[in-house]
This record gives sequence, structure tokens and C-alpha cells, in this order.
Amino acid sequence: MNVIRTLLSPRGAVFLLLAGLLIAVTVISPSFAEPGQLIRFIQRVAPIAIVAIGQYFVIVGGEFDLSMGSLITAQVVIAGNLIGQDAGRIFPVLALMLVLGVLVGLVNGLLVTLLKVPSFIVTLGMMLALLGGVMYWTGGAATGNPVDSFRQLGRGGIRGVPVIEILPYSVLVMAAVLAAAIWLTRTSFGRTVIALGDNPRAVRYAGARSWWVTTSTFVISALTATISGILLVGYAGVHPKVGQGYEFIAITAVVLGGVVLGGGRGWVVAAMAGAFALEALFTLLNFAEVPSTLRDGIQGVIIIAAVAYSASPLGGAKRKAAPPAPPQTSPPDGKEPVAPAHLGS
Amino acid sequence: MSTATGRGRRQLDTTAIVFIALAAVMAIGAILVGTVGRNFLSPGNIRDILTSMSVLGFVAIGQTLVILGASLDLSVPYVVSLSSLIAADTMAGSNARILPAVLAALGACALIGLANGLIVTKLKVHGFMATLGMGLVVKGYLDTQYKGTSGNVPWNFQLIGATGIGPVPISTLLMLGFAALVALYLARTRTGNHLFAVGDNVEVSRLSGIRTARPVIAAHMLCSVFAGLAGLLLASRLGVGSPTVGTQGGYDLLSIAAVVLGGTLLMGGRGSVWGTIGGVAIFAVLDNVMSVMQLNPFLKEVVRGVVIVLAVAIYTGRSIARRRARFGPDAPPPAPGPRDSARGPASASAPSPGHDAREARR
Repeated sequence: MNVIRTLLSPRGAVFLLLAGLLIAVTVISPSFAEPGQLIRFIQRVAPIAIVAIGQYFVIVGGEFDLSMGSLITAQVVIAGNLIGQDAGRIFPVLALMLVLGVLVGLVNGLLVTLLKVPSFIVTLGMMLALLGGVMYWTGGAATGNPVDSFRQLGRGGIRGVPVIEILPYSVLVMAAVLAAAIWLTRTSFGRTVIALGDNPRAVRYAGARSWWVTTSTFVISALTATISGILLVGYAGVHPKVGQGYEFIAITAVVLGGVVLGGGRGWVVAAMAGAFALEALFTLLNFAEVPSTLRDGIQGVIIIAAVAYSASPLGGAKRKAAPPAPPQTSPPDGKEPVAPAHLGS
Repeated sequence: MSTATGRGRRQLDTTAIVFIALAAVMAIGAILVGTVGRNFLSPGNIRDILTSMSVLGFVAIGQTLVILGASLDLSVPYVVSLSSLIAADTMAGSNARILPAVLAALGACALIGLANGLIVTKLKVHGFMATLGMGLVVKGYLDTQYKGTSGNVPWNFQLIGATGIGPVPISTLLMLGFAALVALYLARTRTGNHLFAVGDNVEVSRLSGIRTARPVIAAHMLCSVFAGLAGLLLASRLGVGSPTVGTQGGYDLLSIAAVVLGGTLLMGGRGSVWGTIGGVAIFAVLDNVMSVMQLNPFLKEVVRGVVIVLAVAIYTGRSIARRRARFGPDAPPPAPGPRDSARGPASASAPSPGHDAREARR
């Protein structure tokens, strides 16, 4: 009973949606369920899922990051231009990319926290500036792919694995990022992020260094964009539009995962499941031979429906029922397993 | 009554800063343009600036309403394209069909706005997601129905986009006229006042007996209609309707940036239409100066991004300090004094905090 209730709640609904979509894809194209195909599907989702994990931290903390797409493009172009065909440059350039990622996150975060500019505006400015800067540097044309050994990270994998033949590196990277994210959400840092999204003033009064926590979420999000960029260089190659729209895809995925825009509520695993659901939807539309022009429309309807569902009485009933518990009983309330949704406050 | 005048003065303050910033940008621009031997204030140049203001101006006026209601509209670029296509197709080159075409285009836009508003208020979907989804739906429709530019706009309608009085284009005058109407709507009508209340705090508004859905739905409808007007203007300039004209302009994010640049709070409840017009003007002047200076188009984007953030940074710190002084438990009465003197010599924005402090003491 409890499991069903969780699955129907916004927190779990995304898994139901994902399962439904995967079953639908399998019905249309039975070969999709073969392990080899499935792992390729996961490999395709990996860059999106990683970006969604990063965006989760920013959104659950009550902010937005619109600069992810531009940062991915910037990193991809940097990798293409600086590494070129020289395998010896891989590590210096990789370090440079990570430094740039941290720097972008720091600038975003500090502008939001210290200058109190809304994150929507800060990251919008960063989006314009980064893309413009990279395009100016390259003269508008991104040149050449980096050396193949670097691209292996995104397109290659460990061969000779029993059932699935090949275990792509990007799947391993995604698993590592997810593990790190789950660990982070369980630390005091992760709980402070959720609390910040729920009630920043309470967090300030509680004595947390909220400016540093918020800044860190932007650094995390910029780092995931960097990782995603590294995978995309291998998978998709260098192209000035490679990261275009990733910020909206990431935000959509996170919201599909039941994370509330404005912060304070959400689960990182569900956010990643949202990325999978979104890609499964694209795959389904692809296999169902829906004209490509209609796909956007269907995607739009499903986004609205999914978010409306999580806000509906059916999806939100449990949440509404929980808070007005009488004050006397609230201390033992903490023992209930239902509590995590509003523990942050 | 007293709160109404208080709000009015606050608006004036933020708006005044926006126009001071605009004056500063214009002064710097004039000097920069002067160094390459061109005249910034020549009628031709002024005409260019005003022309480039009009389309973004229309979109931003609508966006202001939605943001005041604590929502967002990301579907505007697609609505702009849709409106230009419906208008150009319906007109089909005949003068007699101008009026039905305009009505059809604006009617379709109003319906999209109504859908947006209902989704946001009744289904409780965040405006960001609702309009992102609606934008995709409209994009899907555009992509399936239209393969490229379509329709034909008669010459009489093209005149709206092409003529002007002296250096002032008709389109800009129309845009300013509509801005005045919206300012009146916000200040004088019940729905307008309720929009501020709902944008500031839905729950308090509901408990005060306001029907909270109506102002937000009205704002979304007006926003889409204004995007439709921008589409009509673009159709008049191009002579045809185009399915990509809205996305090329990037009107979704730029209009939001212009609104925030104009001093409207992104969380809703505070702001003004005139501030938005100032924000749009700042963008227009900036673009014009960079074009005259023949700056690399990619560097333009960088400058734009930096200016958006820095300009907003100038007054966000200010407004937050003011809010804390009013509502916080630790609002010390002497605080405005020291802040006054500390800020005094700092920058051009200094007169306003001082003015504010005097306001607060009264």
C-alpha cells in the first residue's frame, strides 16, 4: 500500500512515467529490451542525466542555472581547439576545463549571493557572455575534433563484458556522479541546500553560511556541465550548437522528477529519472515514427501534464495532509517515514 | 490610500534610476560614437534606436505584466511568429482584410494566453514550465503547418512599420501609447491593483478576499496579445509572416532581462511599465552603439551579458536593503542615516536611497 502511495506521489510518479514509456518503446520495437540496446540507451542519456543532477542542486536550493548549455558548448569547443591531435595535451586541457567550470560556477554563485542579483539574470548573462566569448575566440567556426583517445571517454567502453558486450565509460561516469550526488544530499551540506530552498531566512537565523552553500551549488552545476561536455565531445563531436537547449532540458528533467521550482523539495534520484523519462519519450516518438515537427508539441503537452499532475490534489494530497499536525504530537512526528518531504523546514 | 501613494513613489524611484542609467549609457555611447567621427544624436541614428526599441518594447510590456503577477512567459517568441503568420496569411495582400487579419491574429494569441493563465492558476503549474511547454506546443504547430515564410502583407499595413513623424517611427509611438495604457491599467483598475497584490503574496491576497486567479490570467492574456502585436509589427516590416522571426529575436529571455533591467522584481509584486521601457531603451542604445562601432557580433553578446548582470546588480542590493529596513525585526531607525552618508559620494544612484529614507521617516 505504502509503495503504491509513494509511486503515485510526485516523488515516485516519474518512475511510473519512465516505466510506462520504456514499456511502450519495447512494445513498438521489441529489440529495445535487449541488454545491448538498453545500455546504449543509458549511454545516450548519460550527458543529460549528469546535467540534470547538477541542475537539481541549484533548483532545490531555490535558484536557476541557465548557463549550463553555453558552458557545455564552451567546454566542447575548448576541447576541440586546444587538444587537437596531440594526445599529450589531454591532461593539461582537462585541468583547464575543470578550472573554467569551477570559475564559471563561482562567478555565478558569488554574483547571486553577494550582489543579490536574481540567478535567472546572472546565469542568463553568463549564458550570453560565455557563448559570445567562445564564438569570438573561434571566429564562429568550431574546428576539428580532439584526438581519438580523448573521445573514447564519451564513445568507448570496456569491451567483453558478459551480457551487454560493452560497458560504456559514460555509464560508469554517470553512476559515479549519481553516487557522489546521493552522498552529497545526505551530508549536512545537502540538507542545508534543501532548507535554503524551503526557507532562506530560517537557514540564515540557524547560522548556516548560506552564501557559501548557494555558491557551491552553482559550482556543482558548472562541474556537471563540464563533465557532460567532456562526454559529449566524444559522443557527438565538436559543434557550436552541441550544448544548445541543455539548460531547458535539464530544468525540464528535474521538474519531471518532482523537484519543485523555487526549491525546498525534491530527490536527486527522481531528478535523474526525469532525464531518463525525457529521453525515453524522445526515443518513443522516434520509434513511433511521429513526424519530427510534431515532437516538440507532444513534449510540451507531456511536460505540462506531468507538472500539473504533481501539483494536483491526487499527487499533492499527502503533502498537504502532513503539516497541520497538532504541535504536541509534532516531536514524535519525526519518527514517521513520511517525514523527509518536509524535514528541510 | 497611503499605501497606494507609497507604492507610486517607490516605483518612481526605481524608474528614475533606470532612466539615470539610460542617460549614462547614452552619454557614454555618444562619446564612443563621437570618437569614430559619427553623430550619436543625428536624426537617422535616433530613428534607428527608436525603431529597434519597438518590437522588444511590445513584448517586454506584456512580460512586465506577467512578471508582476509572479509568473513568467517563455512562449512569447513562438507567439510572435504565430501572430505574424496568421496576420500575413489572412491579409493575403488585400487592404480590405487588414482588420479581420489583425483580429484573428490577436484572438489566437489571446487564446494561447488564456491557456497559459489557466494552466498556471488552475493546474498550479509554475509559469516557467507551463509556458516552456506551451512554447513547444506552438513551435510544433508552426513547424508542421509552415515550411517557410508565408502570406503577403498589403502596402497600407506595411506603412505602419515604415513611416514616422520626423525621426520618431509610428511603431514606437504606438508602443509608447500602449505602455501608457498599461500603466493606467495597473494604476487605476481593480484587476491592475490586484495583480500587484497577487504577485507579492498569493496567500495574503486570497485571505484578503481577492480572486487570485483572475489578475494572473488577465496578465497572461495581455502578455500574449502584446507578443501578438509585436508579431504584427514584424509582419508589417517584413511584408510576410515568418515561423522563425520570434526565435531569431530571442524575445523570451531578452524581454525578461529588459523587465528586470527596468527594476521589476522577478519574484513579482513590484515594478513598473515605464521602468521596462527604460530597460528596453538601454538595450537599444547599447546595440546601436556597438553596431556603429562595428563591434564583432560575438563580442556584442558578451557585452550584453555583462551589462545585464551589472545593471541589475546596481539596484538589487539597494532594494533588498530597503526591504530589510521595513520588515525585518532588526530594522534600526538610525540605519538610514549612516547608509545615506556612506552611499552619498559613492555613485549616481545615491540620491534615491536618500529620498527613500526621507520617505520612510515621514
